[in-house]
Order: sequence, then structure tokens, then C-alpha cells
Amino acid sequence: MSRTWVTPGGVHPPENKHQSVTLPIGQLPIPEKLVIPLSQHIGAPATPCVEMGQQVLKGQVIAQAVGMVSIPMHAPSSGTISAIEHRPIAHSSGMLAPCIEITTDGADTWIEHQGISDYEHISPRKLLEMVGNAGISGMGGAGFPSAVKLNPGRQRPIDTLIVNATECEPYITADDSAIRERAGEIVEGIKILSAILDHPTNIMIGIEDNKPEAIAALAPHVEDSGISVVVFPTKYPSGGEKQLIYILTGKELPAGKLPADEGMVCINIGTTFAIKRAVIDGEPLISRVTTVTGDAVGTPRNYDTLIGTPVRHLLEHNQFDEQAGGRVVMGGPMMGFTLPSADVPIVKTTNCILAPSYAEIPDDEPAQPCIRCGMCAEACPVSLLPQQLFWYAQAEEHDRLEAHNLFDCIECGACSYVCPSNIPLVQYYRAAKGDIRQAREEKVKSDHARDRFEFHKERIEQAEREKEAKRAARREATQQAKADHLAATANGTATPAPASGSGTGTAAPSAAPSSSAADIIAAAQARAAAKQANPEDQRAKLERTIASAEQRLKMAEEKLAEAVNSDNGKQDKLSAAVENTRQKLEQSKSKLAELAE
Amino acid sequence: MIELIAQNPILAALVALVGLSILFGALLGFAAEKFKVVGDPIVEQIDELLPQTQCGQCGFPGCRPYAESIAAGDVINKCPPGGQSTINAIANLLDVPAPELDAEHGVESEVKTVAYIREDECIGCTKCIQACPVDAILGAAKLMHTVITDECTGCDLCVEPCPVDCIDMLPVAETIADWKWSIPAKPGQMIASDRRGELSPATHNEGAA
Amino acid sequence: MAEFAVILVSSILINNYVLVQFLGLCPFMGVSNKLESAIGMAAATTFVLTLTAMASYIVNAMVLEPLGLIYLRTIAFILVIAAVVQFTKMFIEKTSPLLYRVLGVFLPLITTNCAVLGVALQNTSKDLNFVQSSLYGFGAGAGFSLVLILFSAMRERLAAADVPESFKGAAIAMITAGLMSLAFMGFSGLV
Repeated sequence: MSRTWVTPGGVHPPENKHQSVTLPIGQLPIPEKLVIPLSQHIGAPATPCVEMGQQVLKGQVIAQAVGMVSIPMHAPSSGTISAIEHRPIAHSSGMLAPCIEITTDGADTWIEHQGISDYEHISPRKLLEMVGNAGISGMGGAGFPSAVKLNPGRQRPIDTLIVNATECEPYITADDSAIRERAGEIVEGIKILSAILDHPTNIMIGIEDNKPEAIAALAPHVEDSGISVVVFPTKYPSGGEKQLIYILTGKELPAGKLPADEGMVCINIGTTFAIKRAVIDGEPLISRVTTVTGDAVGTPRNYDTLIGTPVRHLLEHNQFDEQAGGRVVMGGPMMGFTLPSADVPIVKTTNCILAPSYAEIPDDEPAQPCIRCGMCAEACPVSLLPQQLFWYAQAEEHDRLEAHNLFDCIECGACSYVCPSNIPLVQYYRAAKGDIRQAREEKVKSDHARDRFEFHKERIEQAEREKEAKRAARREATQQAKADHLAATANGTATPAPASGSGTGTAAPSAAPSSSAADIIAAAQARAAAKQANPEDQRAKLERTIASAEQRLKMAEEKLAEAVNSDNGKQDKLSAAVENTRQKLEQSKSKLAELAE
Repeated sequence: MIELIAQNPILAALVALVGLSILFGALLGFAAEKFKVVGDPIVEQIDELLPQTQCGQCGFPGCRPYAESIAAGDVINKCPPGGQSTINAIANLLDVPAPELDAEHGVESEVKTVAYIREDECIGCTKCIQACPVDAILGAAKLMHTVITDECTGCDLCVEPCPVDCIDMLPVAETIADWKWSIPAKPGQMIASDRRGELSPATHNEGAA
Repeated sequence: MAEFAVILVSSILINNYVLVQFLGLCPFMGVSNKLESAIGMAAATTFVLTLTAMASYIVNAMVLEPLGLIYLRTIAFILVIAAVVQFTKMFIEKTSPLLYRVLGVFLPLITTNCAVLGVALQNTSKDLNFVQSSLYGFGAGAGFSLVLILFSAMRERLAAADVPESFKGAAIAMITAGLMSLAFMGFSGLV
């Protein structure tokens, strides 16, 4: 037996798993409608590739993956596409998301499909393609596209494959039942994984000691296969990726690093079954084992559920007593969330539907003030300081939160479980994480806006400078022309005035020998010069400028007064504009004063 | 000389103090030159925290002038697009108390908005293009103008100059991607829950639509 | 060697200038809101205290005593302190404008920090030599830094904690300072 390590912290809630393993995995009748959300995974949502009214067969692709980190969706049963629109999904926000609805025809006709039995001699790339095309994502809860996870690249060779059969959360027995009944196929799936990852030296199935039947079921299949079943003591939350890696290998994953960076890959045992079905039988991921349990359902058991089955369908077929319990939870009692309604569909990551009675899981008691007992720090499996995180989350001190490693929190709920004051600690951490992420995004946006503003300012200044330069060059050119013309007339010759040497492409007088052209220019020059030289005219011009500026200032001030009176919130912008106009007025006035000297 | 000073106490006191003063004065003068400070790096740090909408609601023509004014001692609660979180951040930076947003300069809007030009009515005058501080409006004279929504900061400086008033400020819808949990009620206060007989909704939905 | 240890322990813990002798309470209360500014202030004050102890010893030994101007000690020391603080202010303004900004008026107020003048005068009354004086100055600074940093860390936690409305702010800070002072009085008789 391999050595195991013990994670810090952790709690031992009552397991409540015995209720749902008395019966084998059941089959439900096909629901009338299946609602398949386009985003059941981490990464870009899939895009539909079917149309309304289209007939689809079981296993047919109905939505395609978009980009690298994405998976396709398949029809879980044959029928007609009856809607492609936003529908309620299982998300704590209660918001809608794009879904494809299929009205089933009951025939459950499979599309033509075929797998390969000789996976050892297929290239890993082809195997990965099959896994990707089958729409497989992590079924343990996170939903990361498996084809991407199993392809860490040549820079990161994998020497350890860990299969996660821990299922540490109370009530959930989906993986347990699956192992008991499908051990052979699961081990085959693990062998396929090994082929994909180029045969890592260490292959371990990590399982808790509260599943003796599953361990016994695996034993004959793993004999002489190089796969070892490592049993360790039950504790919540041992099933977290980082926790399991520590238990099985003693290695602590640094913050921000992936297991692949340390040469390890961790896959849920349900996913290995899906991979086997995809590669050997050619079947895409269209169903999964879901536990339906809790005192409010008549018969707790596991079902092989089609993806997209409404939760209501599951509950109806289990004598769900709505009055007995206050809520329906998707997931377990520690990390699951209360469903906004029973009309949401099962997705690829749904391992349990829990309908507890009031006696089983009472409504939340009101939180009481923190008494600083420190039990939360004892329970934390990541060795964080939940008490400090709680206080800083309340005070919204983001830098202190990050200094206490808020983002290493796995939101397992062990701290909230032990808190004697019933404080919903994990909610604080989730809110704080959301706030910090939002602040980071806003900082990126505002930095970008600042760059654009700086560029805008520079562009305007550049345009001004160019205009000035052109004006200066033009003035110089005409001066030169005038000087040449004077020289020409002084000499009494009609030598053509050559183009002046300013190279800015301004309208230099052409090299035409006709003195009439030069004459006209000279005359215009003379007029302009006369105007320039004449202080009277200059003063008049400035006075006109001042008059119009004063007019503008008056209008701006009126607007400002009106804004102040009506208090329409524009005072500050208008007062800024008034300032601007006033400054221009001052400038003209000072120029006039200069002239007067 | 020393004896003379030693014998005449008043003179001694005078010489001692004046001498010390001159000595220290010289040292400080030398230090003042050596440690001369140019510019004001505080302004940079304050500017980093402001939201850069360049909207002018604070009364200054842009965010940087307001940052300079804060560095010179102005109050820090004049920025509505930044909202209370920006006020808190600046207060944290400068170690001053964080006041409430000054309603005189505007209110913090809950929803982010971006500008939208009703293209049917646009006459191509370029006034809005000149007004936009981040060049988020695409267009040219006598040609169609349109707002690049990704770059628009929602400062609404373009709405005023438009002669045909064809610019609307539309709210940006919240998506599942940017939904986030809101902080629970303070412990010690009763949390409304008790709904027997129906599936209780998610209990933390204060912020969601 | 032992003598130096005794001087340090004495000035840092047993006769802590803030909590036992109750000198220098103004910056202690005023700059302890945030840990970063407290650390900055502690460093500045330690710097000033050490330099002042040294400079005041020199001024006392070479100018005041030979010329029989003992009665001018206070004025002369204030002159020394003012100059050192001004120098410190310029130095901080150059190296950390943020700290300069955060400390604000408390930086020049180190001049009127009675702990600084107290150290200078106590050194003369105890008839110490140069090294001992400097060590006392440094120890005073270290003691001030220790309690200032401890106090500001506590105040940060208090700011986030559930303090009753009437106790928030200065009230709870004073109570905390009093409790700390009680704790430090436990050191008496150590040496």
C-alpha cells in the first residue's frame, strides 16, 4: 500500500451516504423536453450548429466548440430542436443563459457512431481529438475541457496520473455507485488516459476508506495493470485537487501553479468512464450518474441521467415532497448551491440533487457576531486564516485580503461548518473575491482609457504644431517672394523669382517668369503687411476678438447660472467651459495691452 | 579670545547660540540643495486611482488636473464615476478619512453606461468626435459617426455638443460573466429567510436583477 | 558589553519612553492608524533621536559646559532638534514622497516631541559619556518604534472590528494604550 499524507484542517460532517446506495444505478424515462445549456464548462460557450425544427439523433452534435478552451454539445436523445434561446440555468445569480431545447420523440435513436478498440496504437493526438469531439469536460465539479487538460504540452511531461475517486462531500454517491457497477470500463478508461499521457510512471486511484465495496470492485481490474488503488482515511475536503495531490504524493502545489507544472494530472473517475465510452464506443458525453437524495425524496438513489434533464423530472420520479423541505440543492451540502427553481437542467458537472427536509438541513440561522474562537483556522485545509479574511472582507480591505492569500481559498465551506456563530464565511470570501476581480478589471480599463486620452492630447498638440509650422513656412515663403520681387523690380529686370527654398510643400510662388504673378503676390503681401504694421487695424482686430469672446463668455455664464438654478448636474462641466472661455478672453486682452505699449 | 568669552557670560551665550545657529543653518542649506525635490510624484499615484473618464464632473478639465488639485489639498470626494471605492482608495493612500461622495458633483450611478449614436439622425458634423477625450467615436466630416463601445468610458461629454441631440447613454447589461456575489448582511442582524412551502430562492441576490 | 545591553533593555522595555515615562504620546496617537505610516514614523523618530542624542552631547560637552552656559541647555537642544528634524524632513521628502505626504504635519512635530528633548536632557542629567548617550538615544528610538508598531497593528484590527459606537476612534485607542502601558509596567525591576 502506498504511503499517504495527512492534509491540515478538515472536518468530519455526518456522511449520509448510506441512503442512496441501497439500489443500483437507475434509469429514468426520457423527459419530454431536454434543455442543453451552451456553457457547461470553463471556457467559451459552444455555438449552436442546428436550426429550429431540425430533427436530431441521439449523440448528434448540436453546438460546436469555439476556440481552444471549449467543448461541443450533443443531443442527449433523438427529437426535434424546439428552441434556441435564453433559459433559466443552475446558477446562483438566477440569470438566464443561452440553451438549446430538444423535444424528444421517445425513440432514443442513436446516430451512427463507432469507436476504436485498439487505442494503444493510435497517436495521443488522435485520442485527444476523440475526447474533445465527445464534449468531455471534468465531471468532478469544475468542468474544465478534458482535451485541454490532458494536453499540457511537451514542456511539461507527465509522470503521475491521479484518478480522483474521493467523493468526500456528504450525501453524494455518484462516483461510488459508478465504480461499483462499472469498474471494468473505468479501468479501461484509465488505460486510455495513460496512453494519451504517454504512459506516466505513477498511476494512482485515490479513494477514501468509506467506500469498501468500490475498492473491492476495482481490485480485480487493476491487478497487474500498473494502476494502484490508494486508500486513505475519510475527511472532508480530501477530494479537492490540491488536497488529493498532497495526500497521495506529499507535494504541495505552489499558489497559482497547475498540477501539470509539477508533472501531474488529476482526473475525476467519472470522466475516465466518459473517456472510455468516447474512445472505445464512440459515444459522446450525453449522460452522467447523478445522486438524488435527501429526506424530501421518497427513494434516494443514483440515476444515469441524460444531460439536459430538468431537475423537476428527477424529483417527480422520486416522490419529491415539496412541503417537507425548504429547498433543492444542486451539489452537496457543503459546496452545493440552492437552485432558483426546479426548472433548471442537469449539466455535465451535476453530481447530486439534494432535497433535504427541514429536519435534515434547517434554514439558515441568523449569523451572530464573531467571538474570535479560531475554530475556522483549525478547520481550514489550506492553512489560511479565515477569521482574518472575514474581518478584512467586512472592512473591504483588498490589499490585506490578498496578503492573507484570499485567492488560495477553495471555498470548501469547512470554516462555515465549524463556526459557532453560524457566520456564512464562504459568502464573504466569494463577495470579496468578486470585488477584487472587478477592481482589477476596472484598473485595466482605466489605464487603457488614460493611454487613449494621453494619445488624444498628443494628437491634438501634434496637429496644432503642424498647423503652426505650415503657417510659418507659408509666411516665410511669401516674405521671400516679396523680397525677390522687390529685388527684381529694383533691378529693373524681369528675372523670374525662383521658388523659395522652404521644403514644406507650401504654396511657394512658381518659377514662372511672368512678373504679373509676382506682382499680384507682392500686392497682396503689401496689403497684408500694411494691415500687420498698422497698429490701428491690429487693435481693431483684437477688439473684435475680445468682443466676440466676451459674448461667448456671457452665454457660457448664462448656461452655468441656468444649470446651477435647475441643478441639472452639469454645473461642473459648464464651469470648466466658462474657465476656458475666460482664459481665452484674458489672452486676447493681454495681447491688446501689449500692443498698446 | 576664549578667555574673554568665558569671562563675559552674556557674550558667551550670544556667541554660543549664534555660532550654533550659523552652523546648523549652513548644514541645512547644504542639505536643502542636495535633497531638492522636483515635481510631485504624489500626483502620479493619485492619478492611478482615478477612473480616467475625463468627464469633468469634478469641475476640472480631466482626471490629472483633479489629481493635482488633490495633491494640493483639495477634497477627495468629487469624482462620481469613481464612486465610493475610489474615494476609499485615495483616502487609504493619503491616510485621511474617507468622506461620502459629494452629491453636488453628481451621484454614483449603479449601472455603467455607454454612448450610442442614432445613425439615422447623425449629420456628420464631427462635434462629438472632437469632444470625446479617448477618441472612441469613429467618423469624419459629412460621414457617419459611430461609437466604439469597447473604448467608450461613459463620460457623456459627447452628448452636449451634438446639434441634433442624437446621442443616447445606454446602460450596459450585466451578464453572467460579470455577475458577482454581494457581501452578506452584517452578523447580529436578522436575515430574512423563512419561506416555507416553496423552493427558496438563492439567498444572496441583493445585487442581481 | 553588558553595560550596553543594560542600557538598551532599560531604554526599550523597562523605562519605555512612551508607555512608562509617557513622553511622545502625540505622534504615538496621531500616526498609528496605518501600519505603513507607523513604520515610517518610527524610522524617522529613531533617526532623529539617535542623531539628537549624539549632537546634543557634543554641543553640551564642547560649547555649553566649557562656556558655563548650562542654563542655555534647553534652547540649545531645541536648536539641535529643530535642525535634525528639518534635515530628516528633507531626506524623507526626497526618498519617499508618499510617506512625507502621509506623515504630514507630524514630521515637523517631531521637534516638539517631548521624548526627543527628554532623551537629550536626561542624558545630561545622568552624566553619561558619548557612546552611552548615543545608545540611550538609539534605545529610546527603538522602544518608541516597538510600541508604535505594536499599537498601529492593533489599531488596524480595531478599525475593522465591532467596536461599540461610543467607543470608536480615539476612545478605544486610549483604552488600548492604557492596557499596553499596564503590560509594559510589568517589566519594572527587570534590571
